[in-house]
Amino acid sequence: MSDVPPSLLPKIFRDWFESRGWAPRSHQLDLLAKAREGRSVLLVAPTGAGKTLAGFLPSLVELTERGPSRGTAKEKRGLHTLYISPLKALATDVARNLEIPMAEMGLPIRVETRTGDTPSHKRARQIERPPDILLTTPEQLALLLAHAEARDFFKDLRRVVLDELHSLVTSKRGDLLSLGLARLMAIAPQVTAVGLSATVREPDELRRYLVPQRAAVSLPLAGRDEGWGSKSRSAVLHSDIAVADTTPSLAELSPSHTTPTPNPSPQGGGEIPMADLVVVQGGAQPDIRMLELDEPLPLAGHTASLSMPAIYDLIRAHKTTLVFVNTRLQAEYTFQELWRLNDDGLAIALHHGSLDVSQRRRVEEAMAAGKLKAVVCTATLDLGIDWGDVDLVVNVGAPKGASRIMQRIGRSNHRMDEPSEAYLVPANRFEILECRAALDAVHEAAQDTPDARIGALDVLCQHILGMACAEPFKLEGFYDEVSSAAPYADLSWEDFEACVAFVATGGYALRAYERFAKIVKGKDDLWRVRDARIAQQYRLNVGTIVESTMIKVRLGKSMRSRPGTVLPRGRILGEIEEYFAETLTVGDTFLFAGEVLRFEGISEDEALVTRAGSGTDPMIPSYEGGKFPLSTFLAARVREILADPFEWDRLPPQMTEWLLHQRRRSILPGPRDLLVETFPRANRFYMTCFPFEGRLAHQTLGMLLTRRLERAKLKPLGFVANDYGIAVYGTGDIAARAARDPDFLDELFSEDMLGDDLEAWLAESALMKRTFRQCAVIAGLIERRFPGEKKTGRQVTISTDLVYDVLRKHEPDHVLLRAARADAATGLLDVRRLGMMLERIRGRIIHKPLDRVSPLSVSVMLEIGRERVYSDDADEILAEAEATLLDEALA
Amino acid sequence: MTALVKNKKTTHEIELAGQLALLDLTGAMYLPAHDALLVADLHFEKGSSFARRGMMLPPYDTRETLVALCDAVFRFDPKTVIALGDSFHDIGGPERLGDEERTTLADVQAGRDWIWVTGNHDRVLPESIGGQVVEEMALGSLTLRHEPAAGDQAEIAGHLHPVGKVVMRGRATRRRCFLTDGQRCVMPALGAYAGGLNACDAAFKPLFPKGFTAHLIGSERIFAIAKSMLCRD
Repeated sequence: MSDVPPSLLPKIFRDWFESRGWAPRSHQLDLLAKAREGRSVLLVAPTGAGKTLAGFLPSLVELTERGPSRGTAKEKRGLHTLYISPLKALATDVARNLEIPMAEMGLPIRVETRTGDTPSHKRARQIERPPDILLTTPEQLALLLAHAEARDFFKDLRRVVLDELHSLVTSKRGDLLSLGLARLMAIAPQVTAVGLSATVREPDELRRYLVPQRAAVSLPLAGRDEGWGSKSRSAVLHSDIAVADTTPSLAELSPSHTTPTPNPSPQGGGEIPMADLVVVQGGAQPDIRMLELDEPLPLAGHTASLSMPAIYDLIRAHKTTLVFVNTRLQAEYTFQELWRLNDDGLAIALHHGSLDVSQRRRVEEAMAAGKLKAVVCTATLDLGIDWGDVDLVVNVGAPKGASRIMQRIGRSNHRMDEPSEAYLVPANRFEILECRAALDAVHEAAQDTPDARIGALDVLCQHILGMACAEPFKLEGFYDEVSSAAPYADLSWEDFEACVAFVATGGYALRAYERFAKIVKGKDDLWRVRDARIAQQYRLNVGTIVESTMIKVRLGKSMRSRPGTVLPRGRILGEIEEYFAETLTVGDTFLFAGEVLRFEGISEDEALVTRAGSGTDPMIPSYEGGKFPLSTFLAARVREILADPFEWDRLPPQMTEWLLHQRRRSILPGPRDLLVETFPRANRFYMTCFPFEGRLAHQTLGMLLTRRLERAKLKPLGFVANDYGIAVYGTGDIAARAARDPDFLDELFSEDMLGDDLEAWLAESALMKRTFRQCAVIAGLIERRFPGEKKTGRQVTISTDLVYDVLRKHEPDHVLLRAARADAATGLLDVRRLGMMLERIRGRIIHKPLDRVSPLSVSVMLEIGRERVYSDDADEILAEAEATLLDEALA
Repeated sequence: MTALVKNKKTTHEIELAGQLALLDLTGAMYLPAHDALLVADLHFEKGSSFARRGMMLPPYDTRETLVALCDAVFRFDPKTVIALGDSFHDIGGPERLGDEERTTLADVQAGRDWIWVTGNHDRVLPESIGGQVVEEMALGSLTLRHEPAAGDQAEIAGHLHPVGKVVMRGRATRRRCFLTDGQRCVMPALGAYAGGLNACDAAFKPLFPKGFTAHLIGSERIFAIAKSMLCRD
């Protein structure tokens, strides 16, 4: 304590730390020192390192030194610090956590939150009399910046704190935030940013995100000639690594660990501007292992039903357990199974995003109060809200990514100097491989590399309209501002212009809408929003999260007097995705809110359900979609383990046996190869292959392969895909064709399938249409539909599917279609990853014709019947429906 | 204006009020006994109607709708063409029509009797649009009007934009369709941006008290689907 220079940390803070028996951690002081030098800083630290306090310390110190405002009109002060969090709940949580030290030190600082829940009188007052520190979300920042008072409101801003930056930057919300940040730095050139992030492998992306990416940028406003970029903000290499307290570092504990050193960044005036970096080494080595069973795991499936008794025992033996699963439906299943075993009546709760908000809040409160023994949850609990005394984390199913699993493990023992205890529970044999790879990654503290995002054009369109609402802009200055945001650093002038044209009139080659333009260029070359109505439209549309439309699930009451009639009289259980409801037919049973429900139909935009009789098994498969595809990093490790028999020692014996069996019956491919197996079975011919690129990429591959097989007259009937591979089946003999034509498989898997075949499929693809719809909403082409809003009938709403068809035909290169294609590349279709795979396996396809199914192939074959077979061919579905009618007529 | 895809079975025969009707993949209906082609709910200039309110939909919908209209008209080459109302999305529609579209429309009208039945979106149509404007009309025993009216009378109407949704083993498709019970037919909307109302909606109930068959327009042909096979949205 005594070695902290008083100039850095004022007495009142030092006294406070002392009174609590604490010492400021070195990274907190480090960050403070840098911030006080006026530098932007990225703090990378594991959970529990006191990240939030570190992030706010510079602001608290500065505000304390500044002294209280006397509140006179003359002395009115603007906002000092803006804190942005991805979650509304996190902002509220942080506000609460800040209050304690501030109250104890008696700091005269005003902290307020601003979220969608903030009442309008308070919002108005915040603009009138800004607090010292404002805690908010990216969407609220966008709204504030689109305000006519924005410039005045932010002019005194000193610091921006971005929490959970690693999770924000990977999405369109991150794009929107980056544009907001660029505007903040244009309004208030003195602003520096503090980014708070969990451990990431390549922090440089995040460091770039925090500082303007262009050396010299002029202000977007006419009438100001002083460029804010003239002050060089490029980073200076900062390589000292703060190790918390006396805890041995991970490097000391684990000899295999290589200490990650931050990449050298260019010295002052270098090419890529980056924020300074402060890294806190991980605390104690996590105590993490794979749950091994005596009995062999199934070859497929995601329910981990065999492991439930073991998980239950673990819950019983610990104080509080978080059971993480990957999907809502897995959560439902796990919750139900655990209760089936729950003879002790342990307080086990369920938490996922589709549950009714009040139900979720009750679980969160019970959890915080220490009343729960376990919570089964999905990604809704991934982010940093403090959960109290969790002493065990169980991850059921595939880990999917090294960083994800670290983040989840971090939820236990929220103090970094105690080891976290965690179990990985594989549900099938492939998941054993994935768990093994994830364990290795955790022990090496290796992380997935998040891909640098290229700023989405639909988000830019939204931002352009927002900025026009705030004040008039000139194209040149605004372009410079936009391209100072890291995701948009490579934005071309042409794309920028195309986005502006889109906002103005739709940007169509046929200039039909000039007279309806939303933003208009004046004689002074300044673009202005046309009228207040357009500004209002913008405010209603802001944000990048387009929820797949959800519909409420209401418990119905059966009428005794009229069997078969169900009245919508019960309570709301939560919400399900509209597209999920669309595939349900009356009588289908499915798991929801911890119960087996029977679908009774749609009534007034609500799904009406009744409780299915006890002992009913849900009919609708409980595994829905690969929400998180296997990360490329883990996939590569899985392929390596598979290819290297020396690695097999570290796998459970059942696994080794299975792999040996595969090697005898077929082969095991090398880490860069693609194994293709063909075999006949029950009058059909099958082709399986194992790219390990995740379910989404495999689905796209399956769609394209079936198209090509169709053209090759091999009569494909369908395909199934999982995270590891796909199986295509049909009535044509693929092996015979491959024997006749040695190039056949190479051609079948050639990269040109991403050309015309992909285009032809995209024309029809429901996934592509969904992607387009999201872009159209974000860009402001059509208005957002709000939850609870009734479908307004056929004349008022417009179907984006129809718009997609028309636009695709007439302007295939329109900016919105380009935005949708860019999304498809990484989103629901994962085309980018498929492309990488096709490139990797070029000339490395190993074809193994077999007379029957191999051990490896069994796993994906088992998905047939369990999984929905994908097809976007309407005629096929209709023909089947028509035939059903004929069957009925003939019966 | 458009090339027909080979092997497409573009028409589908049904019997309506005792006479043959050909249902076309474009959504048009041809009545050989009257040499008349019927289309419904063209909603020309819906795109520009939205643009006026700040939603800049691609301005190609009228063009797209005309392609389908011309395709049907030139193939059947009928003496009479009857548009069953809501041919324009709003009253200002005819005036906003682009030059190219105006010419195309004039071309397809040339040499035929062209009748515009008015609808709730286009109660008034300017003379410049060509053809004859009526509120409703009779064609033999059939009444043609925009909004279907319940009752025993044989009728062909539009207005409701019927679509049928079919779910088979977890796969769903939603398509425009003709609904008929043999006496009454509600035609699908032909407009490129015209949305649809699910055939299971209560609005159809009074029109077809004894049920109906839906003729769903697929990509290659039309499919007759029993009402019991249709799902709600």
